[in-house]
Amino acid sequence: MSGNLLDISGLSVAFRTKRGPLKALRNVSLGVGKGEIVGIIGESGCGKSTLINSIIGLLPANAEKPSGHIRFADEEIVGMPEARLQQLRGERITTIFQDPMTALNPVLSIGTQMTAIQYRRTGSTAEKRRRAIEFLEKVRMPDARSRLDQYPHQFSGGMRQRICIAMALLTEPDLLIADEPTTALDATLEVQVIRLIRELQRDIGCSVLFISHHLGAVAELCERVAIMYAGEVVEHGPVRDIFRDPRHPYTRKLLECDPGRVLEPLARLPTIGGELPDLVRLPQGCIFEGRCPDRFARCRERPPVETVRPGHEAACYKARELVNP
Amino acid sequence: MSDQLFDSDRVSAGARWRDSTFMRIVREPMGALGIFLVALVVLGALFADFTGYSPIKLAMRDRFLDPSLAHLLGTDHLGRDLFTRVLHGARIALGVAFIATGISFIGGLVLGMIAGYGPRWLDSLLLLVLDSLRSFPTVMLALALVTLTGPSLSAVVLVVVIANLPSYARVVRAQTMALKATEFVLSARSLGARSWRILAVHIMPNLVGPLVIIVAMDIPVVITIEAGMSFLGLGVRPPTPSWGSILNDGYAFIRESSWPAIAGGLPIIIATLGFTFLGETLRDHLDPRLRQDG
Amino acid sequence: MLSYALKRTGLAVVITAISLILLISMIQFIPGDPAAVLLGPLASPAMREAFRQQMGLDQPAIVQILRFFGRVLTGDLGTDVLTNRSVLITVVEQLPYTLALIATSIGWSALLGIPLGCFAAVYRGSLADRIVGVLSVSSIALPAFVVAVYSLLLFSVKLGWFPTIGAGDQGAPLDQLHHLVLPSLAVGLGWVGYLARMVRASMLEVLSENHIRMARAFGLTERTITYQYALKIAIIPTVVILGMGVGNMISSAVFAEIVFARPGVGKLIFDSIATRNYPVVMGAVMITTGFYVLSTLIADLIAAGLDPRVRSAL
Repeated sequence: MSGNLLDISGLSVAFRTKRGPLKALRNVSLGVGKGEIVGIIGESGCGKSTLINSIIGLLPANAEKPSGHIRFADEEIVGMPEARLQQLRGERITTIFQDPMTALNPVLSIGTQMTAIQYRRTGSTAEKRRRAIEFLEKVRMPDARSRLDQYPHQFSGGMRQRICIAMALLTEPDLLIADEPTTALDATLEVQVIRLIRELQRDIGCSVLFISHHLGAVAELCERVAIMYAGEVVEHGPVRDIFRDPRHPYTRKLLECDPGRVLEPLARLPTIGGELPDLVRLPQGCIFEGRCPDRFARCRERPPVETVRPGHEAACYKARELVNP
Repeated sequence: MSDQLFDSDRVSAGARWRDSTFMRIVREPMGALGIFLVALVVLGALFADFTGYSPIKLAMRDRFLDPSLAHLLGTDHLGRDLFTRVLHGARIALGVAFIATGISFIGGLVLGMIAGYGPRWLDSLLLLVLDSLRSFPTVMLALALVTLTGPSLSAVVLVVVIANLPSYARVVRAQTMALKATEFVLSARSLGARSWRILAVHIMPNLVGPLVIIVAMDIPVVITIEAGMSFLGLGVRPPTPSWGSILNDGYAFIRESSWPAIAGGLPIIIATLGFTFLGETLRDHLDPRLRQDG
Repeated sequence: MLSYALKRTGLAVVITAISLILLISMIQFIPGDPAAVLLGPLASPAMREAFRQQMGLDQPAIVQILRFFGRVLTGDLGTDVLTNRSVLITVVEQLPYTLALIATSIGWSALLGIPLGCFAAVYRGSLADRIVGVLSVSSIALPAFVVAVYSLLLFSVKLGWFPTIGAGDQGAPLDQLHHLVLPSLAVGLGWVGYLARMVRASMLEVLSENHIRMARAFGLTERTITYQYALKIAIIPTVVILGMGVGNMISSAVFAEIVFARPGVGKLIFDSIATRNYPVVMGAVMITTGFYVLSTLIADLIAAGLDPRVRSAL
């Protein structure tokens, strides 16, 4: 898979806990091409945060050294020295976080924060401020020039998220990681943010890794998507294929349970029964086996990754059989 | 089968002892040190009479003796054995600590509950008075008070109470107000329970625990106030040996001999460090929410 | 910000007034003849009568209090029994020495304590952090007067490095500084530990917040994050504490002034008690109390000013 901007292969990350190592990510493989928008769908506990932290090299202190590879451009991120990571973070790989209300430093003006992240570049402060204003205008902030010296609490939540997007893009990164950027926003704002990201991505040409559990947002924005469950990638492929023809039971269940798909009034929203498995004492076979409606005897052994069609893979014995009626 | 039950009971009792609060504190170095130092002070106070010397009888021939086997800390400017005086001083320190702390505890509890539970005007009034009391630097308060009443142990206790009670009352008040709004109090009130009963049965039990910890952690401060006031001559009157007055005598005669000054300061350091270490460790184990250092 | 400042100042004034009332009412609790007790055995009957008149001791309590406030507002805090000068002048003469001591003490304890707290927070859990923790706790526990006497004993009497008494010659700043070293050591030592703890706690809290994570994700150096991003926020509650600390330091300053025979308000009060100079005692206590309330107020306002959220709230 050379030619990809970001190439994650066989990544496994474990955390030291009192009960033993907690295997948060197991053998995760994912690729993001240049200029591509890739989505990751997964619920809480699927390992998204750990994945992001691994890519930007900000794993917490109790994380063991990851095994596997994360290749970004031509460099290996696993084991990269912190000094080099600091060069990449905020310049070539940037991040948008989930909660805009707490993402910005409350005692520094947004101008200060937006120029501070440009510290690696040469240029006067005036130039950096101009760049900040330029991008604030791109995210359609009215009156950007005069608002540059205001403080975060003087902006609404939607505006703050736009500031964060502007910050993430003003260095024209190669890779933008968006960690649930719309989860804390209401539906109207969500639409605006998605459109903004798409527009700016076309403008700058960066790759985007878009993590969310809003299926609709992913469907609208992404070209390819990976489905994560409890630390593994259970299915991945082009967005259209996944949404129309999901082959992993978990993906199918997710789509079924999406409130956006419910066509008739129901007494209860559908859910997936059962609970997440214990990541310290992992089950032997398929990770989804405990909650899978299609399980059978062989599921006690780890399933292989089956290719459904070129570019579309699912980790299930029945991947090739389960076809939507 | 019955043997098995019996054995497992024994095992669990042993485990319980090992995991009990006391043992957990001892396992921490700070906790162990704290217990050790406090034990020294308590034992000193208990066995003060057994040293063979009188703390107040003069012995002018033995002035300013250096420490020796006969006089573990030497003698002071009147020939009295410093070690004996220090041990008697422990009685005063501990006595004031517990009496003053007890009064502040009860007073703070009662006033705090009244402020938190009673009508708003009473709350505002009490707050104003308490905050005004708190705005006196403690030494100023002591100096002003003693000007009017003359030095005495009761003056010391009064100063401690005035210095500490407002903070306790504030904490109790905040907790009371929080509890007042909880479900079980609201339902008790709707059932017609009278205020004092609600306070006694529902609110107070929840206040006592955290307050005990806060108050216990102030014991070093109380010891400091007593020693400080005695140092300035505002507390116990000579010849009664308070650590502060021993230190003061040592200071007055500092060029004659270092030992009286050292003897006066040493027990103060031991007691304040000991109670502080113990208090910190206790608080960490019993109610980590009260930590001040993250 | 303005309305907050006004409200806060108003509250400070009210609290000062009530404190003074409480102080004055203590007179009511003196058994026997207040004039005789307060002026001491040396005062003549004529002086006692004048005192009674002056303080209005024969009037009902309310009148006394009102008259007292009237006099205070015009700057008349009574007359020094010994020297017959205005109490206000007597106290104000001594104030600069005490202020110098407090300022030096806050200065060095902040210069040492704040970085220590920062360091402990950044290297949380390390051996250095735990050592700083124990040292902080110990410094808080040690009483100022014990430190004063011990440092006098060691550094002055035994080693002779520092002078034992006084504030130094007027107009010789180095000499005055020399005289300030030991006293400010005694007064400030407890605060080093206290500040270190507060800053550590504050910093740990701030460092766990989301915007710090975001700053890291943007590759800002740890140095930038610690000082410009985290400390800037953590310092705000510390300023409030320093304001309260000034009042606390007044207590310790009294001890330091007495032990090192330094001129200052503390020594003045102490000597005046010994000479039964009641008006001076009360006047000085009033001024120091007012000073304490003032410093708390100023610290609150500065802290409010540092936080842009409060600043622009109104």
